[in-house]
Amino acid sequence: MSGGSWGAGGVAALIAFGPFSEPVTVSHYMVVGAVMFVAGIVCMAVKRNALGVLMGIELVLNGANVNFVALSSPYLQANGPGLGLDGQAMALFVILLAAAEAAVALAITLNFYNNHATVDVDRAEDLKG
Amino acid sequence: MAALLIQLGLPDWLAWAITAGIAAALILNVIAVGALVFIWAERKIAARIQDRLGPTRTGGRFGWLQSLADGIKLLAKEDLMPEGADGLLFRLAPYVSFCASFCAFLALPFAFDVVAQRLNVGVFFVIAVLGLEVFGVILAGYASASKWSLFGAMREAAQVVSYEVPLGMCVVVPVMLAGSMDLVTIGEKQSGWATNWYLFHDPFTFVVFWVYFTCAVASVNRAPFDLAEAESELVAGFHTEYSGLRWSFFFMAEYGSMFLVSALAAILFLGGWNGPIPLATLIGLSDGAGETAHYLARLLGCVNLLGKATLGVLVMMWVRWTLPRLRIDQVMTTCLKYCTPIAAVMFAGAMLWTLAFPGGLFHGGRRPAGEVREGWLSAVDAQPSLVARSAAVVAAAGVADRAGLRSTVSAAPAADGVAVEGVGAREDGGAWGAP
Amino acid sequence: MTGHSLLGAALPMVAAINWHSLFFLLFASLACGFALAVVFTTNVVRMALHLVLSLAATAGLFFLANAEFIGAMQLMIYVGGTLVLLVFGVMLTAQQPFVSIRTSARDQVLAGVAGAATLAVLLVAVLSVGRWGLPASGEVDAPTATPLGMALLGVRVDAAGGGHSGFLLPFEIVSVHLLVVLVGAAYLARAKRRRTPRPVDVLASADPPLAPRPAVAVPGGVTRGASRSALVGSGDAAGGGA
Repeated sequence: MSGGSWGAGGVAALIAFGPFSEPVTVSHYMVVGAVMFVAGIVCMAVKRNALGVLMGIELVLNGANVNFVALSSPYLQANGPGLGLDGQAMALFVILLAAAEAAVALAITLNFYNNHATVDVDRAEDLKG
Repeated sequence: MAALLIQLGLPDWLAWAITAGIAAALILNVIAVGALVFIWAERKIAARIQDRLGPTRTGGRFGWLQSLADGIKLLAKEDLMPEGADGLLFRLAPYVSFCASFCAFLALPFAFDVVAQRLNVGVFFVIAVLGLEVFGVILAGYASASKWSLFGAMREAAQVVSYEVPLGMCVVVPVMLAGSMDLVTIGEKQSGWATNWYLFHDPFTFVVFWVYFTCAVASVNRAPFDLAEAESELVAGFHTEYSGLRWSFFFMAEYGSMFLVSALAAILFLGGWNGPIPLATLIGLSDGAGETAHYLARLLGCVNLLGKATLGVLVMMWVRWTLPRLRIDQVMTTCLKYCTPIAAVMFAGAMLWTLAFPGGLFHGGRRPAGEVREGWLSAVDAQPSLVARSAAVVAAAGVADRAGLRSTVSAAPAADGVAVEGVGAREDGGAWGAP
Repeated sequence: MTGHSLLGAALPMVAAINWHSLFFLLFASLACGFALAVVFTTNVVRMALHLVLSLAATAGLFFLANAEFIGAMQLMIYVGGTLVLLVFGVMLTAQQPFVSIRTSARDQVLAGVAGAATLAVLLVAVLSVGRWGLPASGEVDAPTATPLGMALLGVRVDAAGGGHSGFLLPFEIVSVHLLVVLVGAAYLARAKRRRTPRPVDVLASADPPLAPRPAVAVPGGVTRGASRSALVGSGDAAGGGA
């Protein structure tokens, strides 16, 4: 066999016996949830734009949702569904409340913008003692 | 299809990949060819309504190659991007629009089980993905660095977000009547004569259909709701700065969405692939009649659905060239003060009507046989135990009475909760088919 | 010859791929990658786009986890509703084209350290639970949309929910909550009458004419106030050419 085909065969072997052949478990989902959660937290901490902070909140809520759905899924766990439907219902409520929260936060942001002509949260210091 | 390929000796994954490729190619062709045909039809219809001839030369007498010629012209056009535009977003936006339109087709059945991916929450998925199309428009408007584009995008965002509310309420009505969000099940519940269509189920659904159609026209940005590209005020709205192929992607997305909402209307209210006359059943093409009959019946169903959807698109064109454009405040008023309350009241009305006359307008109090809510109940039905059967009868006889349901389900062992999706839908079809 | 042997070697290997895992990895990397992109981007509209892609990929993860209804909800409410609102907010409050507000380097480093620490803690916690690392034993295929709908109406029909009550009360609370939020948001964003010129208007008059200034055109609220005149345009928009 030529070198090229060995390389391609190696790639194929990596694909076949690497992470792709490993079944997905709750832990995998939890890792995704953790990354999204942390990304959201950092986003909330770093961004000075009020809308950026809002996006951070959405990411945090979404990371939590990933965990809820993972724990409720019968596909991912050895001993049957952990949370069952409870997890999905919780995720549903989180989505709904996130929508509500976004609407109110956006209204507040627009009001703030009307008064201060900016969406920089560091400028909201009128009540600072 | 995949099963056929697996029988031919191909490995599973290859069979699935080939099947998926064929399905994707077919859907892409439906959108692209559909757009070509519809653009030609729109020009002819517009011309006729305005007492003109429209395209007459390209490709023979009726100018039916005009769209193709236009497409080639668009391909050859220079690709312009305004100075000061956000390059990445500007380039990305048309594809976002088109992808949303394309993905929604994934869950759209063209006939019984002729669907790229049958989803348990089909209706919901289609509406949700279709709502993503607005992102392409918003991005295009924002990234163009042009005031016209930005105003178009803002109008579109406000309009689409508002119109999703009444649209969702209208869609819920057939979902409630069918007891399923699976588009295949919803379509199959209306098989038989036209009297089985949900349009004629009761007076409320009849009204809901027109509200749905209005909201659908608004949500795909067609006149009289095409505020996002109002050419008399905003030059061309969100696609002012676009030209060539990217511009044509916006148009393919628009015509794809038009076709999609019309097909959805056909499935939800107009019986889907089931004709006004159950032709396939009458000439003996039922499922028991063998393989060829099976495929012929599917083909007839496809033709039926495509015909209805095309009719819907043509009506949209007719409306476009007949009615003047609304102002943005009138658009919002139509949505929030008329469509939403009407849809809400009609939803309640349809619910009450179903309680009183489960069979609808034409079948009175007679509940069609084989009323199966979803897979998990039919799994219970298959259970020979007397308790389960009587409980199923209780559940079927009245409203989904809570006590009845609870006993139904508790009677079934946990293993039976594992459902066979869509079992019974076809059997229902036979019972419904009898006029 | 070589190609043939290569194909012969590759085919069984491809067949060994767990497609569920493949698609999981695809969606998971998309979700995580775009979530991180949200953090590292400074342009607000790009951030919104990355957030959209991240949340859409998460919807894909939900579909893979047999939570179709939640996935569709995610697409419809989060991506199609909430984020459109967000982008709307971005456009209403953008001061210059492609707005970005920078953070000081010190804050960024601090946030990065804190974030990395949190991530480490979370990952250790996740990987320390052995039960979560075990894959499911057999194939299951249980549609969840209907049982979920029944549960929201107070009736549990799923196997795991035996003996538990449904979610009728939370459902009602959420509905009332949404109504309150609707009224509250409409109240907060309403157009107010003003006597003195706002800072926005003062800024607007001092601006070069060609720069797109969405904020100036639409300062009042979501669809009301001073934006009306700008958004409405001329009324005689009948028909129009193709």
